Amino acid sequence: MFKLYLTALKGLAVKETNRYLRIWIQTLVPPVITTSLYFIIFGNLIGKRIGEMGGFSYMEFIVPGLIMMSVITSSYSNVSSSFFSQKFQKNIEELLVAPVPTHIIIWGFVIGGLGRSTLVGILVTIISLLFVPLQVYSWSIVILTFLMTSILFSLAGLLNGIFARSFDDVSIVPTFVLQPLTYLGGVFFAISMLPPFWQIVSQFNPIVYMISGFRFGILGVIDVPILFSVLISIIFVISLYSLNWYLIEKGRGLRS
Amino acid sequence: MTYALEINDLKKVYSGGVEALRGIDLKVEEGDFYALLGPNGAGKSTTIGIVTSLINKTSGNVKVFGYDMDTQLMQAKLQIGLVPQEFNFSPFETVQQIVVNQAGYYGVSRKEALERSEKYLKQSDLWEKKNVQARMLSGGMKRRLMISRALMHEPRLLILDEPTAGVDIELRREMWTFLKELNDNGTTIILTTHYLEEAEMLCRNIGIIQKGQLIEDTSMKSLLAKLQFETIILDIESSGQMPVIKGYESELMDEGSLSVEVGRDQGINELFNQLTEQGIKVLSMRNKSNRLEELFLKLTEETA
Repeated sequence: MFKLYLTALKGLAVKETNRYLRIWIQTLVPPVITTSLYFIIFGNLIGKRIGEMGGFSYMEFIVPGLIMMSVITSSYSNVSSSFFSQKFQKNIEELLVAPVPTHIIIWGFVIGGLGRSTLVGILVTIISLLFVPLQVYSWSIVILTFLMTSILFSLAGLLNGIFARSFDDVSIVPTFVLQPLTYLGGVFFAISMLPPFWQIVSQFNPIVYMISGFRFGILGVIDVPILFSVLISIIFVISLYSLNWYLIEKGRGLRS
Repeated sequence: MTYALEINDLKKVYSGGVEALRGIDLKVEEGDFYALLGPNGAGKSTTIGIVTSLINKTSGNVKVFGYDMDTQLMQAKLQIGLVPQEFNFSPFETVQQIVVNQAGYYGVSRKEALERSEKYLKQSDLWEKKNVQARMLSGGMKRRLMISRALMHEPRLLILDEPTAGVDIELRREMWTFLKELNDNGTTIILTTHYLEEAEMLCRNIGIIQKGQLIEDTSMKSLLAKLQFETIILDIESSGQMPVIKGYESELMDEGSLSVEVGRDQGINELFNQLTEQGIKVLSMRNKSNRLEELFLKLTEETA
């Protein structure tokens, strides 16, 4: 059965990859344009007046956060919209009738989110190189935090897709939850700059740990200890994975 | 004996409290062509949904070729191919992508799936459309695509839920021929249909579901044997007068059409003799309605 499951995973991964590549104008281009605007407006124009942050120019400081922001948005929206569309068009039934275990279904969608966020991350990084030279402090931490973040938000997107009953439900969470958490997660500022109360509040924002860890990997400066960041990510990944597995296994929103 | 499908005391109560299945027992032998009939809402689609893992059962047991769906779900799923009632493929994928992806979910390698896609798409006359997005296909083509998709992993049991709904007569007959061939080659087929003529033409055995219960499970032959009367319509040369026919229930429908009930053992020779004696010329003759349809209505009315 292992070979069968591997073939099924490959099939689902190819299908998911083809999906976001087929609609590349919607999936790959917008984050590149948005982050380019951020680089121009915040990094280049306003950033010059802000001066240094953590020993780096403001532009250098926001690059890791902006890359992470694109990765988070891409992985989340890829999986949530793909899963919900398949539910809406009923072609999720192709998977449900087939001998495909829930683990394979989850990983198939996560691979889709991971692939798209990798491509977007690379494109945004290339754009950032037009504005500022980038040196990497630790490749292993960059790769680890990127993978953890992408997997985590792919799983979060899957959860959204499972619960969603309309296309509104798919767009509400990114607009009203994900975007505020990302902006408040330290993309444009260091958490240590916040008043003490808001520093405590931000500890409950998982995105703080992702951005902090990734920024550490690139710049070597840190808001939160890296081990703690990785640990928090692992806890979130395991929790979301288990919840998704349980809901799909029970057929939540999939089987009556 | 191992059955292609064995259902024991299957019950389903939906979350709103609707009791869709009230203990279905059904056995379909390997190689059979089985029709599952019933009025709308009787429980046909719920039964098929449970067998194909699209609906959670409340209680009972389902085995597919001996594989218990509670303990050997993956092996059971491998045996089944499903052609659902509604189109359920991605409209933005191409015809070939749809069938190749589906084969992959059953462990068929991409290379093998591409080879099989040629075979099954050619068989259903879709090979020319292999690179066309599914949304561009006509209704009939979409149905054929779903059949091709269901066959890609070469299942031993093919389940078709209303496969010819909305399909024109010519295509429907082509599909019948194709399904007959498939069954002749050893694939067990279970079919739900609203076209009772379809069930009569294709199926050897038949089950009728009514209000969540299987009220009839028998061979098509013995079911049709239950039919005591058959109504025939005679188109006659109009005389404007009602012919006198002894021994038969008859009715003049309009000036040129006569409806006659003929008993199973009665025969029609005597009827023609009487008409000839009265100088009435019979221009043509046809069945009032499908025989199975009459029986189906009778059985479902009895249990209503």
